[in-house]
Amino acid sequence: MERDAIIRIRGLRNQFGPQVIHENLDLDVMRGEVLGVVGGSGTGKSVMLRTIAGLRRPQAGSIEIFGQDALGANDAARREIDLRMGVMFQDGALFSSLTVRENVEVPLQNVRGLPPKLRRELADLKISMSGLPYSAGDKYPSELSGGMRKRAGLARALALDPEILFLDEPTAGLDPIGAAAIDTLVQQLSRALGLTVFLVTHDLDTLHAICDRIAVLAEKRVLVTGPMARMLEVDHPWVREYFHGPRSRAAADALQRNA
Amino acid sequence: MAELVVESRQDDHSATPRVSLRGDMTVQTVARLEQALAALPAAQELIIDVAQVDHMDTAGAWALARLRRRREAQDQRVRIDGLTAQLETLLERVDEALPQPDPPQAPPRGLLVQLDAIGRAVAGGLALAAEALAYFGIFLARLGRSLRHPGEFRLTSLVHHCQDVGWRAVPIVALMGFLIGIVLAFQGSVQLRQFGAEVFVVELIAISMLRELGVLLTAIIVAGRTGSAFTAAIGAMRMREEVDAMRTLGIDPGMVLFVPRILALLITLPILTLVANVAGLVGGALMAWAELGIAPQLFYIRLTEQVSVDHAIVGLVKAPVFAVIIGVIGCHAGMRVEGNTESLGRLTSSAVVAAIFTVIAVDALFSVFFARLGV
Repeated sequence: MERDAIIRIRGLRNQFGPQVIHENLDLDVMRGEVLGVVGGSGTGKSVMLRTIAGLRRPQAGSIEIFGQDALGANDAARREIDLRMGVMFQDGALFSSLTVRENVEVPLQNVRGLPPKLRRELADLKISMSGLPYSAGDKYPSELSGGMRKRAGLARALALDPEILFLDEPTAGLDPIGAAAIDTLVQQLSRALGLTVFLVTHDLDTLHAICDRIAVLAEKRVLVTGPMARMLEVDHPWVREYFHGPRSRAAADALQRNA
Repeated sequence: MAELVVESRQDDHSATPRVSLRGDMTVQTVARLEQALAALPAAQELIIDVAQVDHMDTAGAWALARLRRRREAQDQRVRIDGLTAQLETLLERVDEALPQPDPPQAPPRGLLVQLDAIGRAVAGGLALAAEALAYFGIFLARLGRSLRHPGEFRLTSLVHHCQDVGWRAVPIVALMGFLIGIVLAFQGSVQLRQFGAEVFVVELIAISMLRELGVLLTAIIVAGRTGSAFTAAIGAMRMREEVDAMRTLGIDPGMVLFVPRILALLITLPILTLVANVAGLVGGALMAWAELGIAPQLFYIRLTEQVSVDHAIVGLVKAPVFAVIIGVIGCHAGMRVEGNTESLGRLTSSAVVAAIFTVIAVDALFSVFFARLGV
């Protein structure tokens, strides 16, 4: 299946002082796929996400998003790109002084000619689509549990129906039921909306259940990409340990039992 | 780029009305789409054709789903034609998720509600004051404990806080005192000159500075500078669950966090007051010299002969009391911080306000007290 790359990264280098995080990193994200990014702690998964999302300027390399040069773009062009992407941060990163509904309304305020009533109703829809009860809209982030905050963060990231959704550890810190619910939600939404999902995770269940492809970050670059089946064949010590470890086998077994 | 065309067609009166949509059904055009759909006439059956829609997002699907729900509630049918499989899924997802608002509850109102709110505010305020008093008790208890068990006392921490609270505040406190002295001398000289009583400016500066202004203004500056820092530091530790971690490790937050901080204030605030007093007298003397021609020697003689040392003592006696007020309120507010950043900001500013207010209120009590004593 030949699909066009919605994000194309070439020769990316990120470094903090003398410490090089990424060196000569290449990665293609295809339109409509769910890509899971894995890697040991400190391999710069979140740094990569932040770099693509435009929160960090890399020291070298090029990033093309929607076929446009994202690093060379001027402010207006970059904003256009940003409006077509949604980011869900690890703990939701909700604005603490706004209610959940107001949080979701923030991106909708960029749409010209959208009356406030309609904006509120659309925000309610996104909140409900993220699996939150209606009453959650009036609550402040501090009144929500961690799982609900993640859902609210997802609702805000989805507010403008972005074409690319970045998720930073969407299931970290959730109980297995809540994590599975988030997985299902992401999968359903990506299918229904034709979303491209870029997902940083440690959760092997998530990788098995919803990721079309997996990219492994190691040795300062994307070591290998491909579907789960391919990951199991890779002959690299870290990759083998990761995907053949007891946890991975348990996740694979669980998936097979459910299938 | 966001174009939407709504075409309504009805071949004859008996036929089913058919609405064709073309262009984009997205959040950009949803306002117009919603209007157009709401304006459609009532009909037994309505066909909406979306085959020529270029792009549909959740907002567009929401408008369709909602129209269908509304019409079905009135026993009218809506058929949506030309959906691709993906749009079908989208519409289904949106339809499932259509928010069901809870029935709004009329908020109770009237005099009773207001009385209730006032009562709650008063009770809350009293409970807060009682809690702050309890923190003062904790401070005293831990202080007593560290006298009996000197090993538990954190001397390094105390020295660190003394430097932070006291030494680093010297420049600002000295400058403030100096400027207040200048202001007093200048304002006093303008008034006293009318009576030819210029020389009384010495008593004016000395008594007001030593008795009231030196200690009061120092306490206010320290409340703003240090009280807020206490709240922010302890509050940040609360947010990161460091205080809870201390408890599980058997470390007493009262001993580690409160005692060194409040004790540092207790030691340094009287010293800072003294600094402010001296700076105020120097500033006043300079201004009296420049404005009224009162030579520094004369100022000194009049100061030592006419102004009782009681005034300085009355001022300095208040300093430790103010120190405890600022420290206890600051630490207490820090411990009230919950998990979110907003409460940290709110409590930091409210700690400063509460500390300054309490300091001024207690100062008023002191005035009455000393007046009765005749000091």
